Amino acid sequence: MKILVLVKEVPDAAVEKTIDPATGQIDRSGEKALNPYDTHALEAAVQIKENGADVSEIVAVTVGPDSASRTLQGAVSRGADRSIHLSDAGLAGSDVVATGYALAELIKRESPELVLLGQQSDDGGSYAVGSVVGEFLGQPALSQVVKLDLAGDVITAERQAEYGYDTVEVKLPAIISVGDAINEPRYPSLKAIMGAKKKPVEKLTLADAGIDAGKVGTAGSGVDCSDFQKPASKSGGTIITDEDTAATVEQIVAWLDERKLV
Amino acid sequence: MAATTNGHAPAEFPPPVDPINEFIAAPEAGEDEAIEVGVAIVGGGPAGLAAANRLLQLLADDEELMEQLGEVPVAVIEKAKSCGGHNLSGAVMKPGPLKELFPDEDLEALPAIRHVNEKDAVWWLLDENRGINLPGPTPPNFKNEGNYVTSISQLCRWMAEKAEEAGAYILTETAAAKLLVKDDAVAGVVTGDKGRGKEGQELGNFEPGMEVHARATVLAEGNWGHLTGAAIQRFNLSEGKEPPVWKLGAKEVWKTTEQWDKVVHFFGWPGRSNAKWHETGIGGWVYPYGENLVSIGIVVPLSTPDATVSAHDMLQTVKQHPKLKGILEGGERTAWGAKAIQGGGFWSQPKLSMPGAVLVGESGGMIDMASLKGVHMAIQSGIIAAEEIYASLKKGQKDMTSYEKAIADSDIVGKRLFQVRNNMQLVGGSSMPFNLAKAGLDIISKGKVPGGRKSNHRDAEVVQSIPKKPASDLYPKPDGKYTFDKLSSVFITGNMTRDDAPSHIRIEKNVAREVAETWKWMCPAGVYEIPEDAPETGNVDVIVNYTNCVQCGAITARGGRLTPPEGGDGPAYQVV
Amino acid sequence: MADILVYALAHEGQVNKNSKGAISEAARLAGELGGEAHAVLVGTDLTDELAQQAGAVGATKVFTINAPEGIAATAIDGIAALVEAKGYDWVLFGGGLLGFEIGAGLAARIGGGVTVEVTDIKVDGGKLVAERPIFGDTLLSHSNYKSKGVIVARTNAFEVKETGGTASVEAFDAPIGAAAGQVTLKVRGEARGADVNIEDASILVTGGRGLGTAENFSVADSLAAAFGGNSAVAATRAVVDAGWFPYAGQVGQTGKTVAPKLYVGLGVSGAIQHKVGMQSSENVLAINKDENAPIFEFADFGVIGDLHKIAPALTEAIKAKKG
Repeated sequence: MKILVLVKEVPDAAVEKTIDPATGQIDRSGEKALNPYDTHALEAAVQIKENGADVSEIVAVTVGPDSASRTLQGAVSRGADRSIHLSDAGLAGSDVVATGYALAELIKRESPELVLLGQQSDDGGSYAVGSVVGEFLGQPALSQVVKLDLAGDVITAERQAEYGYDTVEVKLPAIISVGDAINEPRYPSLKAIMGAKKKPVEKLTLADAGIDAGKVGTAGSGVDCSDFQKPASKSGGTIITDEDTAATVEQIVAWLDERKLV
Repeated sequence: MAATTNGHAPAEFPPPVDPINEFIAAPEAGEDEAIEVGVAIVGGGPAGLAAANRLLQLLADDEELMEQLGEVPVAVIEKAKSCGGHNLSGAVMKPGPLKELFPDEDLEALPAIRHVNEKDAVWWLLDENRGINLPGPTPPNFKNEGNYVTSISQLCRWMAEKAEEAGAYILTETAAAKLLVKDDAVAGVVTGDKGRGKEGQELGNFEPGMEVHARATVLAEGNWGHLTGAAIQRFNLSEGKEPPVWKLGAKEVWKTTEQWDKVVHFFGWPGRSNAKWHETGIGGWVYPYGENLVSIGIVVPLSTPDATVSAHDMLQTVKQHPKLKGILEGGERTAWGAKAIQGGGFWSQPKLSMPGAVLVGESGGMIDMASLKGVHMAIQSGIIAAEEIYASLKKGQKDMTSYEKAIADSDIVGKRLFQVRNNMQLVGGSSMPFNLAKAGLDIISKGKVPGGRKSNHRDAEVVQSIPKKPASDLYPKPDGKYTFDKLSSVFITGNMTRDDAPSHIRIEKNVAREVAETWKWMCPAGVYEIPEDAPETGNVDVIVNYTNCVQCGAITARGGRLTPPEGGDGPAYQVV
Repeated sequence: MADILVYALAHEGQVNKNSKGAISEAARLAGELGGEAHAVLVGTDLTDELAQQAGAVGATKVFTINAPEGIAATAIDGIAALVEAKGYDWVLFGGGLLGFEIGAGLAARIGGGVTVEVTDIKVDGGKLVAERPIFGDTLLSHSNYKSKGVIVARTNAFEVKETGGTASVEAFDAPIGAAAGQVTLKVRGEARGADVNIEDASILVTGGRGLGTAENFSVADSLAAAFGGNSAVAATRAVVDAGWFPYAGQVGQTGKTVAPKLYVGLGVSGAIQHKVGMQSSENVLAINKDENAPIFEFADFGVIGDLHKIAPALTEAIKAKKG
C-alpha cells in the first residue's frame, strides 16, 4: 500500500501574519513552518506502517514556492520515503478548488491507496482541500478524523460531526484529513533530519506534471479572495494581570456584583 | 557598597550543578548509532556560521580532504528554531571580516544590513531632562562612519543559507547538551533529548539525543556557552585569568514617524554617577534601522549592588528622556529582545583551544567593549578558526594551539582586544567625569596609559540589597503603548517554549530575599518570581517561570546556570 | 439564476438550526437578487413535515433526495445533479462538518468557487460576495466569485427567521456515484460520556486545556457550585477529545451552542471553533495564564494568571459573599 501525505508550508505560528496590501496575498516573507496539522497526518501514516499494514512507501507532496523545499524536507524527516514538490509561478492566486485540482493531478501520477492530510492549514484554514481532491479523483473524502483504524482495505474513522461522534467505514482508495486529536506527533530523530536531505525529491512544474495551466492560478480560480479589510475594532474588555490574588479576586467579585451575577 | 549594610551575594547560593559530571561524557555509541561528521560547530551565530562558510570554501578546493570528512563535512548545531532565532545585538558592525568572507556578495543589498552609517553622535544624559552632545570630535571608539547597522538575527539566517548552499548541515532546533571527550581530547557533542516532561520523564513522543562524533569541534555558543563553560573547567582554560564578567542588553525596534539618520551612543542617566552604584558603565544606543525604523537599546552591568537594577526597565526609563522621546514618540514598537554580553575583555579571555576544539567569538570573550562591537570579531575568529582547523585536519592532528596564536596576531581580534584591555574597568571605577577622562586617555593611547592589569570581581559575588532610594523608583509604569512590561515584551519575541518541558534553569531556589529580588528585577523575561506570602527578610523560595526564558544568559553571571532548553524552544527573534 | 439553493441538514426529524439560519439568509439574499430561496434535504426518511420546517424559515420550494444522510459523497452527487438540472448559481450551507465536506466537493463538481467560515454575505453587481474572518478574526477576507459558487457559513453566523410560510415539496431523483458506495456510516451522532445539560444554564463555568488534568475539573465544579442556582460546568473540544469531560458538555462548532448570562472560561484559549459556540454569552470572564490566549480579545473581564490559584480563591469569595 502506498500512502501520500499532502503537506503545506505556512507562516510560523510565532510570527504575526499579514497580508501584503499591494498583491492581496499573504505576506510570506517571514519565518516558515510545516503546517502543524500536517505533522499529525505524517504521524498517522507512520503509525499505519508501524501497526503492521503492508506500506510500500510514504510520499510527502507539497505545492508551493521553491523556498518550501526546506519545509518539505522537514516533512520527510517525519517518516516519508521521498517527496514531490510542485512549484510554478502559474500557481499564484489559486483558490482551494484550483489547488485541489493540482494536487489531484499529482496524486493521479502516483495512484496511492490512501491520501492523508491535516484538516486545516494554519494560514488559509479552509478544511476543504481534502474534499476537493476527493472530488477530482472520484474518491470519497472524510475530514476532521480523530481516530483511524485500517483493516485490509477498509478504514474505520471517527470524527466529531454535528450531533456527536460519527463512525464511518470507507473502502480505499480514499482521502482522509485528520485533526490534531488523532495522535501526538513524535520528534524526528537527528538521523532522520539529516537523512531527509538525501531522500529523493521530485521537483515538478505545471508542464512536467501535465497540469492544465488554465485551471490553476488566478485565471483558473472560481473565486478571488484578494480583498481584505480590518474588522471594526470592538471595544475591548478589562484585562488585568494577577499579581496579588486577593486583590484580583476582589476585582472579579466587584465586576460580577456590578452585573448582578452573584 | 550598597546603602544598607545588610545584604547577600548570589554566590552564597551556588546552583545545583556539576558541569564536569553532567555535561561532559565519553563517547559510547557505536558508529551506527552515532552521527559522524567532519567538523561540528556548536552555535549558528556569526562566529559559528563564519567558520562553517570558510571551512566549506577551503574544502571546495580540496576534494581529498572533503572525501575524508565523509557524508557530513560540516554540521552546525543550533538550539533555536532557526539560525539567528536566539541572536541579539546592537549591532553596528565593522564590515571588513564579512567582506573578506563573502568577497563576491553585494552585502549592502542584504535585508540584514539595515543601514550604512554616515553620521555619529555621543550623548551624555546628565539627568532625566538634560542631555548634551559630547563636544568636539567623536571619540575614536565611537566613530562608525562606513560601518553597517545590522540585524544579527537576519544576518545569521542569511549566513546559514549560504553555508547550507555550500554543503553544511544546519541542524536547527537541536541543543548541544554534552561535550564528548575521549583521551583528553574533544570528540564531538551529544545533542539534547526532546519530549521530556516537567519532571524529566519521557513523554509519548520522546526522542533521545544523539552522539555527534566530530574530528574537530568549534564552540561558538555566544555570550554564555553551556559547553564552553564545561570545557573551560574540564581543560582548565581559565587558569591565571580574571573571572568573566557580563553585562545585560535590552533592545527594541521602533517604527518611527520620521527617518532617523545618526548612529548615537549615549551614557549617563538613568545610571547614577556615584561610584558606589557601579552604574557608570550603563550606556545605550539609537541606530537607524531601515526605512522609518530605529533600534534602541541599553546595556547594564551585572555587577550592580542595587537589587532592583533591571535592564528592561532601564530601557523603558531611558525612553522617557526628551532626547530619545523626540525620536520615538508617535511610533510603534515592533520587536524586543534581551541578551547578556561578555564584558571581561582581554583579561578574562579563556585559553582559546583544547585538543580537538576551539572557542570562537563571544564564547572566547572576543568583544571590544570600548567600542561596543563584537560581531566583526566573531566573524573574523570564525574565519581564523576554519583556516587553522583546516590546517590541523590536513596534518591529522588534534592540537589546535596554532589557532590561539593566529587570534593573538590578528589586528582585528587579538591586537585590538589587548589595546582596550582596561577600558571597561576604567569606565566603571570612579564617578562619571573621572571615568570618562581615564577611559578616553586609554583609548587615545591605545591602552598604554594608564596601563597595568585591571582585575574583575565575579558578578555573582557582588553583595545585593535594596537601598532606600532604589533604581526602581525611576521605572515608569508600563502603558502598553510607549512603555512595556516584561511579559508583553516576551510575547512579541515569538517565544513558544513548551509548557510542560523540564526546566533548563539551574538555581538554588531557597535564597536570601535580596538575591531573589536581584534575579526578579534582573531577568528581562520575568522568569523569577517571589511568592506573595514570602517573608520580607530571610530566605524565600523562588518560583522559576522558565517557559518565559529568552536565553539571555544573565542568570549564569548572577549565580545560577543556564542550560540549553529543548531544541526549538526559546525566542524566535526575527529582526533584533 | 437568481434562486439560491440551501442544503438543509436534517437529523432525527429536525432541520439543523444552522441550516435554518442559512435558509433565512438565502431568502434575504434571493430577494435582493430577484429570486427565491430553495432548500434540499438528503435522507431516507424525509417527511413533508420536515420539509415544511424549511418552508417556515423562508424556503419556497424544498427538494427531497432519497439517499443516506451523513455521507458527503452521496449528498454531493445528489445536490450536483439538482444544481445542474435546475441551473442554480449559488448554493449555501450552514456551519458544520458536512457543510464543509459537501460544499467543497460540490464547488469542484460544478466548477465554482467556495468560501468557508463565512460570517456575512452581500449582493454586489448581481453576485454574492462572501465575507470571512481569517487569522484568528484579525482580518476580513472578501470572496469575489467569477460566476457562481458555494458559500459555507460559520456555525451560528445567520439568524433563523420564522416566516410561517410553506414550501412546495418535490422529490428529486439523483444517481449516486461510485465514490459514495465506498462509504458506510456505522454510527451517527454518538454522545459519549454522561448526559449533561449546559444549554439551559444561566451561569456556565467552562474548563479548557489549561486545567491540566481531568481531576482538575473539580476546580470548575466547585466554582459552579459556589455560584449555585442555575449553573453548570462545560468544556472545550480539546478536553472532551482528551476524555476529561463528556461530549454532551462540549461548547463550540461541533458541540453545543450556549448563551448564558455569565460564561467563565478557566484555562480556555478561545479558539474560533469554541468562540462560535459561546459568543452570544452576555458576560464573559476569562482566567488564563497565557496572556496571548485569543479569549482575551473578546472577554469582558480577563485575568492573566494561574487559574489554580485564582479560581479556588474566587470560589471562597463567592461563598463568603453569599453567606
